[in-house]
Amino acid sequence: MTDKRSGVQRLIVPVGLVLPLIAFILVTFVIPLGSMVIQSVHDPEVAEVLPNTLNLLSEWDGTSVPSEEVFESMAQELVLSRESRTTGKVATRVNRIASGTRSVFGKTARRLERIETTELRSAMIDIDDRWKDVELWIAIREAGREYTVKHYLHAVDLERELDGGIHPVSEDQRIYNTLYLRTLFVSLAVTFFCFLIGYPIAYAIANVSDSMAKILLLIVLIPFWTSLLVRTTSWLVLLQNQGVVNDILVWLGLVNDSDRLALIHNMTGTLVAMTHVLLPFMILPLYAVMRAIPTDYMKAAASLGANPAQSFVRVYFPQSLPGISAGCLLVFILSLGYYITPALVGGTKGQLISNMIAYHIQSSLNWGLAAAISVILLTGVFICYFIFDKWVGVDKLRLS
Amino acid sequence: MGNGGGTHIAFEHVTKSYDGTTQVVKDLCLEIERGEFLTLLGPSGSGKTTCLMMLAGFETISSGNISIDGQAVHTIVPHKRGIGMVFQNYALFPHLSVGRNLSFPLEVRGISSSERADRVKKALELVQLEGFEDRKPANLSGGQQQRVAIARALVFEPEIVLMDEPLGALDRRLREEMQYEIRRIHQQLGVTMVYVTHDQQEAMVLSDRVAVFRDGSIEQIAPPETLYEEPNRVFVSSFIGDNNVLYGKVEEIRPGDLCNVAVGSEDHVQALIIEDTQPGDSVWVAVRPERVAIAREEKQYSNQFEAIVKDIVFMGDHLRLNLETCGQRDFIVKIPNIVGHGAVLPGDRIQIGWAALDCRALPMDKEKEN
Repeated sequence: MTDKRSGVQRLIVPVGLVLPLIAFILVTFVIPLGSMVIQSVHDPEVAEVLPNTLNLLSEWDGTSVPSEEVFESMAQELVLSRESRTTGKVATRVNRIASGTRSVFGKTARRLERIETTELRSAMIDIDDRWKDVELWIAIREAGREYTVKHYLHAVDLERELDGGIHPVSEDQRIYNTLYLRTLFVSLAVTFFCFLIGYPIAYAIANVSDSMAKILLLIVLIPFWTSLLVRTTSWLVLLQNQGVVNDILVWLGLVNDSDRLALIHNMTGTLVAMTHVLLPFMILPLYAVMRAIPTDYMKAAASLGANPAQSFVRVYFPQSLPGISAGCLLVFILSLGYYITPALVGGTKGQLISNMIAYHIQSSLNWGLAAAISVILLTGVFICYFIFDKWVGVDKLRLS
Repeated sequence: MGNGGGTHIAFEHVTKSYDGTTQVVKDLCLEIERGEFLTLLGPSGSGKTTCLMMLAGFETISSGNISIDGQAVHTIVPHKRGIGMVFQNYALFPHLSVGRNLSFPLEVRGISSSERADRVKKALELVQLEGFEDRKPANLSGGQQQRVAIARALVFEPEIVLMDEPLGALDRRLREEMQYEIRRIHQQLGVTMVYVTHDQQEAMVLSDRVAVFRDGSIEQIAPPETLYEEPNRVFVSSFIGDNNVLYGKVEEIRPGDLCNVAVGSEDHVQALIIEDTQPGDSVWVAVRPERVAIAREEKQYSNQFEAIVKDIVFMGDHLRLNLETCGQRDFIVKIPNIVGHGAVLPGDRIQIGWAALDCRALPMDKEKEN
């Protein structure tokens, strides 16, 4: 009896302690994430506006102009959609499949209200002769699918042809695959640069006197505590055409005043600013691991006859590996989803995939596509994480 | 053991200070014979480890000179000194197997892989860990790690091996076992060993000579027997083994290097003079607990006193009596466990006594006089 009770009590306390966190994560993370995943495959808008028409179209052969019955239903539902102001939604979605058809729906719905006839098929073709295009009807049928992978196809530069086959989109419309590769490249490059700059710094902090280490750590942490926006905009000041770096280069005579270097609003700007912003995420785990490496190992290596370079390569470096992998994983994963910095200093050449997600959320309002890209990005992050776990082991991660 | 192979290592007026004012090693002079096992013994902070680190090259020498075979060590970088070292926490490289740990010093010396394998095998045999090549240090017990650390310090055949409290992390039983192991290895290889410890028993078991450190200088350096039997400083007399130390004043100098010393309120002890002394000088009188016996008759010993038995502890091979005598509240006497010892009980008044030659009048430390 008492055992059982104390067992329950032992559970209640830890569960109670993490409950607020669980609730917080559920509301702010799990639910939005879930709805995003659903949004990427679920698009009920057209199906809700044209239920009957779509039902009839499901039995249509897809080769000839649909029957009078289909036109009748379409006319009815278009008129209704005008009242509920949902015609535009249908037009937008069909237009994404068959471009240049946006105007058909508004125009037809508007005119149908004033027409008193039972011959709706010829009447609608009179209003707009695109109604006799089979492609338009196929597009309507496609847009009406409640569950769809079209966003995913779109997100990897593929499209479903009207005949049902999947093909790459025409070359001038391909954007996403390049962006994924660019994001991957930028992330790898930023991780590499952070490692190159961060390792010696972490080594220095871990091996100088305590008072010196405090000062160095502060120098690393002050930018870390500064607003991301401030840090990024300060790079604008430094790197712009009339900025500090160019001024110095011109003053030193290394660069002509007439052809100042383009250091910002391009890939260079993105790489420089992201490396700077993410550097603490490399230094801190490295420092934590290095600080824990006993100095006796280096003494032992020296007493065994290893010169300083050999001691470093054979003894110190292998022991700092958990820090290297933790730092690289952190920086790499953070880079994959980086948004503000490339948005501010990246120009068009330095935009990453997350900027495209933001564009579809804020400007084009194609949330389904934004959700699909996000899911792809998230999957990429998980894959990196699992590869890391396989190679290094997440349990070996030591953050400061 | 100490086979008189000439001076191998010499410390000449070595001083070490970290902050420029406090000297952790003070004007130290020390010569170590080739093949000798020398232990630096002392409490923590007495400068013994600093001496070892200066010899190995991990600490700089503030002034003075340390030489190996006549060559000043500060002219040689640490990794060229060819000194094997065993660290307190072993410092085995955790990412390398036992075999790789042992072949490390051979690899950096560019020794061929076949010879490396051969020497690693021999070194593991020496410490009785045959077949442990592929284990990781983390999968070994403390004692096994210790053996690997010793094997690694020996595998490249250094002429000098330094050990910095190598047995400190082991439990008592294992520590004793390892002491004899280290003693055997030293006798087998004949290398010069410098060993740091704060454990006097360890020092006794292992050493040809022991240097007793205190506050950065050597109090006394001698073979273990001499340190025990003939300590010439009160610090040494109580650091090595148990000792009864009585404070007193010299009354009279007597023939045969003896003196009379007044101790307690009204007792007089005859003791051997260690350093020149005058009547009126303060001295410490030291007598080993096992040299004191229970007197069966009057005037049996030249030093004989009445004592009150406060406590008796049975220690197996001997009885440990805690007495009050000569103004001392915890005078220790060890009586061998032989037939007839059981006659004493707590509270008894007994007669104890010892020979004048078993009792040493040790000079006062200058800084302790007040």
